[in-house]
Amino acid sequence: MTDLTNTAAPFLRIDGVSKRFGDVTALRDVSLDLRKGEIHALIGPSGCGKSTLLRIVAGFETADEGSVHLGQRRIDTLKPEARGIGIVFQDYALFPHLTVAQNVAFALKYADDARRVAGTAPLLRMVRLDGLESRFPDELSGGQQQRVALARTFAAGPRAILLDEPFSNLDASLRETTRREIRDILKASGLGILFVTHDREEALSFADRISVLREGGVEQTGLPKDLYFRPANAFVAGFLGSTNFLDGIANGASAETPLGRVGLDRPASGPVRLSLRPEAIGIAMEGSDGVPGIVASLVFKGHDASAFVRVGETIFEVLMRASLDIRPGQRVHVAAHLPAVVLKE
Amino acid sequence: MTAQPQAAAERSAPWIEVFGRRGATGRKPPLFLMLPAIVAGAMMLIPLVYLVVRASATERTELAAIVLRPFTLQVTLNTLALVGSVLALTTAIALPLALLVTRTDVPAKRAITILATLPLAIPGYVMAYALIGLSGYYGPLNAFFGLRLPRPEGLFGAALALSLYTFPYVFLNVRAALLGLDPALEESARSLGRSPRAAFLSVTLPHLRPALLSAWLVVALYTLGDYGAIALMRYDVLSSAIFSQYANAFEVNYAAWLALMLLAIAAAFLVLEGALNRGRRLTRTGTGTRRSVLAVALGRWRWPALGFAALVHIASLGVPALVIAFWLSRAPADVDWAKVPVTVLGTLSVALPAAALAVAIAVPVALVATRWPSRLTYGIERMTYFGYAVPALPFALATVFFTLAVVPALYQTVAILVIALTLHTAALAVGPVRVRLLQIGPRVEESARSFGYSAPAAFCSVTLPALSRSVLAGAIFVFIVVAKELPITLLLAPSGFTTMAMNVFSRTQEGMLYEAAPYAALMIGFSAISVALMLRSERDRP
Repeated sequence: MTDLTNTAAPFLRIDGVSKRFGDVTALRDVSLDLRKGEIHALIGPSGCGKSTLLRIVAGFETADEGSVHLGQRRIDTLKPEARGIGIVFQDYALFPHLTVAQNVAFALKYADDARRVAGTAPLLRMVRLDGLESRFPDELSGGQQQRVALARTFAAGPRAILLDEPFSNLDASLRETTRREIRDILKASGLGILFVTHDREEALSFADRISVLREGGVEQTGLPKDLYFRPANAFVAGFLGSTNFLDGIANGASAETPLGRVGLDRPASGPVRLSLRPEAIGIAMEGSDGVPGIVASLVFKGHDASAFVRVGETIFEVLMRASLDIRPGQRVHVAAHLPAVVLKE
Repeated sequence: MTAQPQAAAERSAPWIEVFGRRGATGRKPPLFLMLPAIVAGAMMLIPLVYLVVRASATERTELAAIVLRPFTLQVTLNTLALVGSVLALTTAIALPLALLVTRTDVPAKRAITILATLPLAIPGYVMAYALIGLSGYYGPLNAFFGLRLPRPEGLFGAALALSLYTFPYVFLNVRAALLGLDPALEESARSLGRSPRAAFLSVTLPHLRPALLSAWLVVALYTLGDYGAIALMRYDVLSSAIFSQYANAFEVNYAAWLALMLLAIAAAFLVLEGALNRGRRLTRTGTGTRRSVLAVALGRWRWPALGFAALVHIASLGVPALVIAFWLSRAPADVDWAKVPVTVLGTLSVALPAAALAVAIAVPVALVATRWPSRLTYGIERMTYFGYAVPALPFALATVFFTLAVVPALYQTVAILVIALTLHTAALAVGPVRVRLLQIGPRVEESARSFGYSAPAAFCSVTLPALSRSVLAGAIFVFIVVAKELPITLLLAPSGFTTMAMNVFSRTQEGMLYEAAPYAALMIGFSAISVALMLRSERDRP
């Protein structure tokens, strides 16, 4: 994954794209790139412009400003069918009047029917749907429909694939397995994949890189780990997981905060706003290190639990082992055991 | 127009449930509801049984001589040629119009849509009147432009007159299908490398097939059932042959056989449509949000496109309006104005009782079919639709046979005319009542019961008020269709009795175009109400 971020040249490049619908600004000056073999997630709250960006890349909307390049070629002026970009819609958009094999054959460019039918076999094997060739879309499960849509998209021989909320139509119980399967298939294809989601867990587990969008602009782009542990601002920090915000006075490598002296991820000085993930705070019985607090409430989540601890005026969320014998109302000590992230703004 | 809720209910309607099983409210339908429903359902069928009885009374040796004449083959072929021409012409008009308003950036979409719906208000014989009145030595074309066209007639004239007022059925169906289509399907086809044209042919067109087939069925049934426009265009088809054999040549047995043949053709169309639609899979598999499709920029094609729409509107609306206004202004002194109110009264004396009677049938039929679903109640409801789908002249002829054989006292009375027209149009009142009943559901009534109301009291205090608008709408639909009905009225009306529709038809047939003009204008006025109602109900839909 590191080699991707360092060496691979940008392959799909979005430069300064802006889009307005009447008075509403959907996208403002968005630039990002997709590398070959990379899975890139666009994540943001609904209405942040992520789907509009996807449709601009696919050719179903035109940008007011900016450009889109695929390799050396500028594609934002081309018709959708001439771009070499595949798209899998949220509801898969399988052709209901065609069988599985016909759906896939639809995208194959061979002229004669025999070759088209033969051409579907390896694609259907790839998505493990061999044997279901003559089924109709309404006879398939949601996960199978999605794999047909994927095979159909591969069949057109695209150089990049766009996925619009790919897993939102699947049962929660199936989602995790499906996600792993689809990820393996996509990675094996070696194509660049740009996908849109509003589910942070999906973005973090599925993508090689993530771009967080907010109100039509990119807030931060980076590796999932970097974005999670080193968010640039409060929005990214809060959007990618629950976190505690605290104000402090920095002095080099550490800062004075309501949680006592806390280490920083980068040197700073003066007043700072910090983010501390629940797992970065330790909880212990009274008398240990850290500052004293009172457990306000507990949320049991199975293998772990969240304790909400009141320290002075603020409540901190702390992740702890579920087996720990801590009850609401109990006096405890809390302390940061990982460095806090210094947020911009 | 209300296919969605109906289709949903059909699926849940437990067909398999045998009559007598406990229905939705836990009891058998009460007799006072079941009796009128059964009587109405049976009355749709009995006359047609009589038609078969009457036809089969012909001696076998005689039969060959009667039926197997070149004339029979000729009118059958003419009928099929007319249906084919009308289907082709309506599609050629409606499909491009529907695409224009749903898939392009053509201006004034809403106006085009409304203007393309309005021709429904024009009865076929008025359209024929307009086309005939346009040309000719004294017609407006010659008066204003010195242009003399031959009187439109034959296959061309009949097909043109029928197409100009039936194309809205194709337009509305195709438009609804285009608007309901998941845009992601077309977009997928594009991103898989298809040009807009190829995507349309391979993805969009197959999805329009059910809409086209059902519209074609409606148009074909209209064409088979029409008598006025075709007769005015002097084209010999099965329906006009039935009329002339019965009314002019008094070959009653031959008329019965021709009527059976027409029924067989109508049944064949029904079966064909069902067969062609079977096994089609066009359900949306996804649940994606509805978006509007990318509009094709017309560019320099914008003006030809608008020109096409304008041509359609001028031909279907402008010509009738112009011709009627022209003939009204031409010879106002020669019109027998004293006869107009008498004729209007004639129409009202049939249409008002028919509307009341249709509602009296529709409420019990819709009620037992929705609240006590069983094979029997389902069958009764279907019978009312059957009465509407049967071509008018065979229906009228069957009524004549039935009346003569069973209740000769009613023969040639206004009473039997009203009954026949009611049975023919009751489906129009059943539709809205049934849809509304499904929307209301039995729950509100059940909650009224829990407050101590008896079943009839609960129905009257809770359901009936909510039903009143639909009942009224159904009554108005029946009223209007009966008011402009021609073939049944012509065949069953007592001598001396006359309606507006009969006047337009007979005056035009006699070439007295100015005499027909006031009635044609009144007819359009009446029908315009029904179209206004329809447009409103379509707008009200969520």
